[in-house]
Amino acid sequence: MTDDVDRNRRHFLTVATAVTGGAGVVAVAIPFLASLKPSARAQALGAPVEVPIGSLEPGEMVRVMWRGRLVYVLRRDEEMLSRLPESKDLLRDPDSAVVEQQPEFAVNEHRSLKPEYLVIEGSCTHLGCAPLAEFEVGPADDWFGGFFCPCHGSRFDLSGRVYKGVPAPTNLRVPPYRFIREDVIMIGSDAGAA
Amino acid sequence: MARIESEVGTRGSAIMKWIDDRFPFTETMKYHVTEYYASKNFNWWYIFGVLAMVVLVMQLVTGIFLTMNYKPSAVEAFASVEYIMRDVEWGWLIRYMHSTGASFFFIVVYLHMFRAMLYGSYQKPRELIWLIGMLIFFVLMAEGFAGYLLPWGQMSYWGAQVIISLFGAVPFVGEALVEWIRGDYAISDITLNRFFAFHVILLPLILVALIFLHIVALHHVGSNNPDGVDIKKNKGPDGVPLDGVAFHPYHTTKDLVGIIVFLMIFSGVVFFAPDMGGYFLEHANFEPANMMATPEHIAPVWYYTPYYAILRAVPDKFWGFVLFALSVVLPVFLPWLDRSRVKSIRYRGWIYKMALSVFVVSFVTLGWLGLQPAEGTYVMLARIFSVLYFAFFLLMPYYTTIDKTKPVPDRVVYHG
Repeated sequence: MTDDVDRNRRHFLTVATAVTGGAGVVAVAIPFLASLKPSARAQALGAPVEVPIGSLEPGEMVRVMWRGRLVYVLRRDEEMLSRLPESKDLLRDPDSAVVEQQPEFAVNEHRSLKPEYLVIEGSCTHLGCAPLAEFEVGPADDWFGGFFCPCHGSRFDLSGRVYKGVPAPTNLRVPPYRFIREDVIMIGSDAGAA
Repeated sequence: MARIESEVGTRGSAIMKWIDDRFPFTETMKYHVTEYYASKNFNWWYIFGVLAMVVLVMQLVTGIFLTMNYKPSAVEAFASVEYIMRDVEWGWLIRYMHSTGASFFFIVVYLHMFRAMLYGSYQKPRELIWLIGMLIFFVLMAEGFAGYLLPWGQMSYWGAQVIISLFGAVPFVGEALVEWIRGDYAISDITLNRFFAFHVILLPLILVALIFLHIVALHHVGSNNPDGVDIKKNKGPDGVPLDGVAFHPYHTTKDLVGIIVFLMIFSGVVFFAPDMGGYFLEHANFEPANMMATPEHIAPVWYYTPYYAILRAVPDKFWGFVLFALSVVLPVFLPWLDRSRVKSIRYRGWIYKMALSVFVVSFVTLGWLGLQPAEGTYVMLARIFSVLYFAFFLLMPYYTTIDKTKPVPDRVVYHG
C-alpha cells in the first residue's frame, strides 16, 4: 500500500465519529439522569392536604405532613402576637423580603393569612432539621419565644423569622395554603387565598 | 519417588506454560508479588494498606450476606435489620462485623494516610498514587454515608437530611440539586432505595476499580520507605535493590502477623463493644426514623466529625459548605504544597515536625468537637482548630521551604 492516505478525510471522519458518538452518549445519559428526579407517584403524593383546626387551642401547635415535609400549624394567642414586634431588631429579615420564603399573602409581621394561625414548614433553612417549639420567653434576655433548631443552633421567632448571627440564612418557609372553611386549612394550594 | 515428583513437576509446568501462553500469569505474579521488591526497613506504619484490603474483603463478604435479608424500603428497612439481628442465624455477627468494619475501615485508612504524611509518600514520583488514594477516600466517605441511611433509624434519617441539604448551599441550582439527589421532596423510600443501589453496587465497583489503579501505580514506581530513600538506586549484580526484599514471602509473612493482631482487636470490638459506647453505632439509631422530630443531639459518625466541626464553626450556610468541602479536598494538593527537599520526617527540621503535630492535634480535636453540641466554648474551639487545620495546608509551601533539613543517607537505616 502506498502512502496516499487522505489525512484530511481521515481526520474529518475521526472527528465526525467522535462527535456523533458523544452526542449519542449525552442523549442516552438524559433518561438515566432524569429517572432520578421525583417520579410521577412522588409528585402525586405532593397533592394538597386538609388540616382540621377546629380543636386547636390558643398556644397549641400541630404537626402535619405535606409532600413528605413537616408543616407546623400554630394557633398563636394574643400574648404571643404581642411579642412579635419586640424581637424585630434581632432579626435578619423582619419584613419577609426574601420572596421565595412565603406566598405573597404572608409578607407581613405575622407571616400568615390570619394573624392567629401560623402555618410554616418545620424544616430549618440551614440544613433541614425540624426546629423545636420553644415558645416561652427567656431565659436569655434576647429570646422572645419561637423555634430553636437543635442541630446547629439556628433561632426563629414566633413567625418563623430568622435571628441574626445563626447559620440559617432565611426565614422558615411558609407553604401555600388557604382556608377552605373557617376550621379547615388546605396546605399545598393557595388559589384564591388572598 | 524422585521420578514421580519430577513428572508431576513437568506436568505442572506444562499446564503453567499453556496458561502463560494465553494469559500473563507467571509474569504478573512475578511483577506484583514474588519479584516486587519493597524496602527491608518497613515499620508498623506500613501495615495499614494491607489491613485496608483485609477490611475491604470483609465488608464485601458481610455486605453480600446482609443484602440477602435486608429490605431497602422505608416501611421494612428498620424491621429487617432487627430481623437480621434477632432471627437470622448468626445475623448479629455478620451485621456487627459490617458496622464495626465501617469504623475500622476509616481507622486504618486514616492511619494509612498519616503514614504517607510522615514519610512523604505522596511526593514525586508518587503523586498519582496519592491522588488515586484521595479518590478512594472520597468514595469511601460516600459509601459510608449511603450505608448509614440503610438501617432507617433516627440518625440515619436526620443525618442524611443534614448532609444532603448541604448541597442546597450551592448557588442557583442548590434546591434542584437536592431534589434530584433525594428523588423526592423529602428523604423518603425513594431516597433509601437509590442509596441502597449506590451502597451495594455503584460505589463498591468504583472503589474496587480505584484500589486496583492505586496498586498498579504503586507497583510501577515502587513503595516508599521510612527513610524516603529510593532503593532502586542501589541494585546488586542480579538487578535486585540491595535494600529491598520480595513482597512474597517476606512482607506477606510479616503482614500476616499484623493481620492477626488486627483481627484480635477487631473481634474484641465486635464481641464486646459493637456500638463502642455510641461512637460506632449511635444510640439514636436504635429508634426508627421519625420525620416529625429531629433528635435533640445530632452528630455524624465519628469518622466525619472533623469536617462536620468545621462546617458548624462557620455561622453562614454558604461559607460553611465551602470551608467544609475545602477541608475534605485540601489534602489532595499535598504533593504540590510540600516543597521540602526530603521526604521522610526523619530528615525534616523542627518546623515541619511541629506543623504536623499541630495538624494531628487539630484533626483529633475537631473530631471530638464535632461530636459535642454546637454551643459556646465548643464553637469557639472549633473555630480556632479550623484555622490551625487550614494553616497546616495553606502555609505549607512557605514553612517547608524555610525548614532546615538533615542530609538523607544513600541507603536505608535501621532503628532498634
